[in-house]
Parts: sequence; C-alpha cells; structure tokens
Amino acid sequence: MIETKKPKLELLSPALVEQIVDEGLTVLERHGVMVENAEALGLLAGAGADVDLGSERVRIGRKLVQDCLATTPASVTLYDREGSRAFAVGGDEVHFDPGSSAVALLDHGTQAERKATTADVVDMYKLVETLEHIHFQSTALIASDVPGAVADAFRLYLGLLLSEKPFVTGTFRVEGFGPMKDLLAAVRGGEGALRAKPLAIFDACPSPPLKWSNLTTQSLIDAARAGIPSELISMGMTGATSPTTIAGTLVQHVAENLSGLVICQLAGRGTPVIFGGSPSSFDMRKGTTPMGAMETMMIDAAYAQIGKFLKLPTNAYMALSDAKVNDPQAGFETALGAVLGALAGVNVISGPGMLDYESSLSLEKLAIDDGICAMVYRLLDGIAQRDDPIALGAFEGFVPGMSFLTHPHTRQWYRKEHIGAGLADRDPYQAWVAAGRTSIVDKAHADVGRRLGEYAAPPLDEAVRKELDRIMADYGRISGSGDLPLPVL
Amino acid sequence: MTKNEIFPKMTEAIVAGDRKTAGALAEEAVRSGFDLSEVVEKGYVPGIQKVGELWEQGEYFLPELISSAEAMKAAMAVLEPELNRQGVGARMGGKIVIGTVEGDIHDIGKNLVASMLQAGGFEVFDLGADVKLEKFIETAEAVGAGMICLSALLTTTMVNQRRFIALLRDKGLRDKYRVLVGGAPASGKWAEEIGADGYAENAVAAVKLAKSLAGHS
Repeated sequence: MIETKKPKLELLSPALVEQIVDEGLTVLERHGVMVENAEALGLLAGAGADVDLGSERVRIGRKLVQDCLATTPASVTLYDREGSRAFAVGGDEVHFDPGSSAVALLDHGTQAERKATTADVVDMYKLVETLEHIHFQSTALIASDVPGAVADAFRLYLGLLLSEKPFVTGTFRVEGFGPMKDLLAAVRGGEGALRAKPLAIFDACPSPPLKWSNLTTQSLIDAARAGIPSELISMGMTGATSPTTIAGTLVQHVAENLSGLVICQLAGRGTPVIFGGSPSSFDMRKGTTPMGAMETMMIDAAYAQIGKFLKLPTNAYMALSDAKVNDPQAGFETALGAVLGALAGVNVISGPGMLDYESSLSLEKLAIDDGICAMVYRLLDGIAQRDDPIALGAFEGFVPGMSFLTHPHTRQWYRKEHIGAGLADRDPYQAWVAAGRTSIVDKAHADVGRRLGEYAAPPLDEAVRKELDRIMADYGRISGSGDLPLPVL
Repeated sequence: MTKNEIFPKMTEAIVAGDRKTAGALAEEAVRSGFDLSEVVEKGYVPGIQKVGELWEQGEYFLPELISSAEAMKAAMAVLEPELNRQGVGARMGGKIVIGTVEGDIHDIGKNLVASMLQAGGFEVFDLGADVKLEKFIETAEAVGAGMICLSALLTTTMVNQRRFIALLRDKGLRDKYRVLVGGAPASGKWAEEIGADGYAENAVAAVKLAKSLAGHS
C-alpha cells in the first residue's frame, strides 16, 4: 500500500522562516523586552541577560535563547481527568478547544448578547463534554455572578467537577495560580502526579509590543515550577501594536514568544512551552481586531510553521468569528480558520463557539463548530489507498448500468471513507420545506438541548470532590469573596 | 513666503500627515510675524477639515487620520505658546474632558477621538483609561470644561456611562456639561436611553458633534 499523504500547509519558504527567526533574535538582542516582574528579572540577570532594573528592560542574547530552546520539549502529553486518555500536543496532532474568556453569551431566544452567569458556564462545560471533536475544555466564559477575586479559580473548579477533558485556562490575578494548581493537583493526587500527567495548559499573553506584564510573567514562572505547560499567546495587532506587514508581525511574534520561553526555562528547565498566539490583522477603519480576517489566519498558520521549525508544540486562536450571531460570516470565518489551522498542523486550535472578537460565546455555535471540526479531522485523515489494486476488484464483473450501492466494496469502506452530515442540511428541497425550513441554528439549538438533557456527570471520586470543594472554599474565604454561587451539580 | 504661499503648504502638510513640515511652517509663520489666529484658521484648520472629508469618503484610514492629527499637534505646539503670549486663545472650541470609564483599559479609540478633538481646535484633557467617574467631574470642574466624553469598549463597562449621568444629576451638575458617549457597544439609541447629549461612531463624527454642540461648526 502506498502511504497516505498527510495534507499540509506551509505558507513560508524555508529561507523566510530562517530570516524571521533571525530577526526575532536580533530584536531581543538589540531592543530587548520589558519584563515587569522582579523575580523574572533576577532569573534573566542570573542567566547573563542584559537587565536594566530601572526600566525593567532586558536584552537577551541569542545564545541564551538557543540554550532554552534546547531544553524545551518538542511535545507534551495531556491526560484527561481520570489520567487514562492521552492527548499528544506536538508533531502535527490537532486538538480543538473553545476560544477563551468571553464575557457574554449569545442568548438563542433573544439573539442578543447578555452577561454570562454561572448557569451558562455549567451548560458550556456540559455541552463541550459531549462534543467529541472538541478534545479539550477551555475556561471560555466569565460568569458575572462570581466575585472577580476568585473568578479564575472558580471557573476551573466548576470545569473539573463537570468534565473529564483536559483544560486550557489561565490566571486573572497573581494570587489565582496557587489555588488553580492545587485544584489540578488534587485531581491527580499530588503535584508530582500532575507534573507526570498534565491536565491543563495555562495561557500567558505578552502585551505588544515586546512587554511581559507582572501577572503573565508570574504565571509563566509559577507554571514552569509546577511543570504545567504554558501557552505563549503573542498577539500583535498589525500596524497598531506590531509591524503592519505579516512578515514583520511574525518577527515580533518570535521575539515575544521566545522571550517568554526563556523565562519559562529559567524558572524550570525542561518545562513544556507551547508556541501559541492570538494576533490580528488590525482593522484600519474601525480600530478592531478581527480574528476572522484572512490575514489573521495567515499570520497564525505562518507562526505555527515557525514554531515547528523551532521544534515546539503550537497553538492558535482560530476557528472563530467576529460575527455577532450565527450568520453566514460566523460559519465561513470559523470553517476557514479550522481548515487552515489544521492544515498548518496547529496542535491546539482555540476558537470553537466564539463570536464578536472572542468576547461572546454561543452554545449553538459550539454544536455547529463541532461539525466543522469533524469535517476537518476527515480532511486530515487524507486519501488512503484501501485496496491493492485500488478499485480493479470493485469493477470485476462490470456490467453497464451496474450500481455500487449493494457492492460489498461499498459496505466494506463507506463508513470509513465518509462521515455523516452532522447538523448540515442535506435534505432535498421539498423535504427541507416539509420539515419546516429549519435553519442550522435552530437545529443546533435543539441539539444543544438534547445534549444537555443527556449529559451525565463523569464519576468523580468523593474524596477528590471534597478536596476540590475545600480548596475553592478556602480561596473564597482568603480573598474575602464570601459565598460563591455554587450550582447544584 | 507670503501668507498666500504658506497657507496652502500648511494645509498640505496636515493632509499629508507631515509633522516635521507642519511644525517648521508654524515656526516660519511665527518668525514672519503673521497673525497667528489667521494662520490657524486659514493654514491648518482647512487641512484637518480635508482629512475629515477624506475619512468620510473612505479614502483615509486610521494611519492617515492619526498622522494628520499628530501633524496638527506639532503645529499647535509651536503656535499655542505664542498665541497665549499675545493673549489670544488658540483653542476656540472650548475645553473637553475625555477618558475611558472605570473598569475598562481600552484606549485606542479614545486616544483617536482625543487627538482629533485637539486637532479640531478643542483644549482636551485626556484622563487616560480606567478613569473613576468622580475624576471626570473633578477635572471638568477644575479646568472649566464644557463637555465630557466617556469611552467604553465593553458591554460590562458601558453601564458606567449611565452611572456617570446619574452621578452628575446627584451632584446637581447635569445641566452644566454636555456629555458625549462612544465606544464599540455604545450607540445613538444608548445615548438617548441614558440621557447623554450625544453619541459619535468615530473620531471624525465626534469632532463634528462636539462642534455642533459647542455652537460652532
């Protein structure tokens, strides 16, 4: 059998990749980065970087960057809550998770955005738990009824109660890391076990251009010490907070992400780091940051190629849309991003469910996007040679007008070669009319209802549950947040 | 250069967003002893008006708009001290306090509006982002502003625009100030609903609105 070709997209020529990386390193050497965190400045100075404590500016030589790249693993394996199912993040593996941290929920009934509440967050986790093509959960919604001081840990706590899947998450406050790590370690039965089987990725976003804030730097350091993978989310906005050319923004992307990687490695050698991002093609008319622009997706696909060149796992905020409702724009932007990201081999594609510049989440969109992800996985499987010869056997006994419908070859292969329609409409016109001209959004709404109805919480050890409750209650008390809106689960 | 020679060059420098030339021409005007009010009015203001038109026609985008506003700023930095020395107010538009409301750190749009208001002849007091509502009032009272502009990018912080109007009412100051609101989630309907004096969709529209509310255009 001839080996199946894995479809693959590479937008940059090898020479351009090398020059972008080289210029990124030169930027770090010549201009440096601002690091607003004393501990990180100490680590960097100790490693021989040129640190100006007054201005918090650090110039990092390429030798140090290369040393740190050498100790960063090319892939990391996440495990589900039970610790049994493994998800390799590296190579050309592709996993989808919902985009991050929307503040609003698109209400299906009113078709308007409204503030999200804990009940919505619960529904989101339950729904994602049932969506088979979305491999990871994301703490993708911020509940307005939760005190800000505990919001980061509380949304992870809820997720861990409701779902088996690994998480993509992050801190809102420096103090949030401790309890979040404790929650994860409690699930695993200790910090050593968590280090051996990571359950969550922590996102950390530099502030473009070329700055790491105190909060995100501390997250990098804390995660590295706990062996928790950090996802570096450089997010230049072309022509506003990064150079306007795509290649120019990639230079900054390399500089920002690699400076983050150095901080991670200095805090914990060998800690996993994911080369991610959420850049955008800045809209020069509206001043907005479109995630669904083709140029945004091109930047994403290109830095993923660079991440692979650097032998790092990759992430991108793709498969999402700037549309405000589930309209054609929502569909085409999401699908384009999902396809391009997957073909570029982005390991963690964060986006499904997201609308309105990552600020609004739709449960219906999550269900629709799961179908897009299914199509993408089919694409990635490629075109295989199933038989040898390929089809001569199927033509044996050929007679004019013969049908393949009842041919054994069909029965043998059709389920492997073709996936179902999912929520997409494939009715003949009259049947579609007779069925009430239902749109995919209405079908998705019904699907969400069905899935939430059928959801059954994956069993969680009682002692673990109690420990999670205790950690959350302690954090609520320490931060003075009083009673938390604990849902009945 | 005579006035008739230099005015079109000033206009051109603003339209081109050329800070260096805009500033140099202003210095030349000062050296030549020209009537500086006339220089502003006939040399520079037509430039920024043209920029506004080009924006509205979809010809100019943010990079051009901001460059032109900065060129205007460079010219005014030269002219303003001279005008003040002569006892002539350079900022005929009046005083405006602007900022992004508390809880919201987004300031790209607000900065743009501030720059264009300044270029449009207003004296602008930019309080930055995440500004406490009381601070807007304190500043407006202290500097004698007539208008207050509130920006918000998030639906969650937009409510502070409503709270601000209530705060002004509580202090018995509502009629003293014109309040304009802006930002991605705001709208004309929203402005009406919360009892603000107006809403502008972008920086160019904001200048027009401010001018019409200030009683001159």
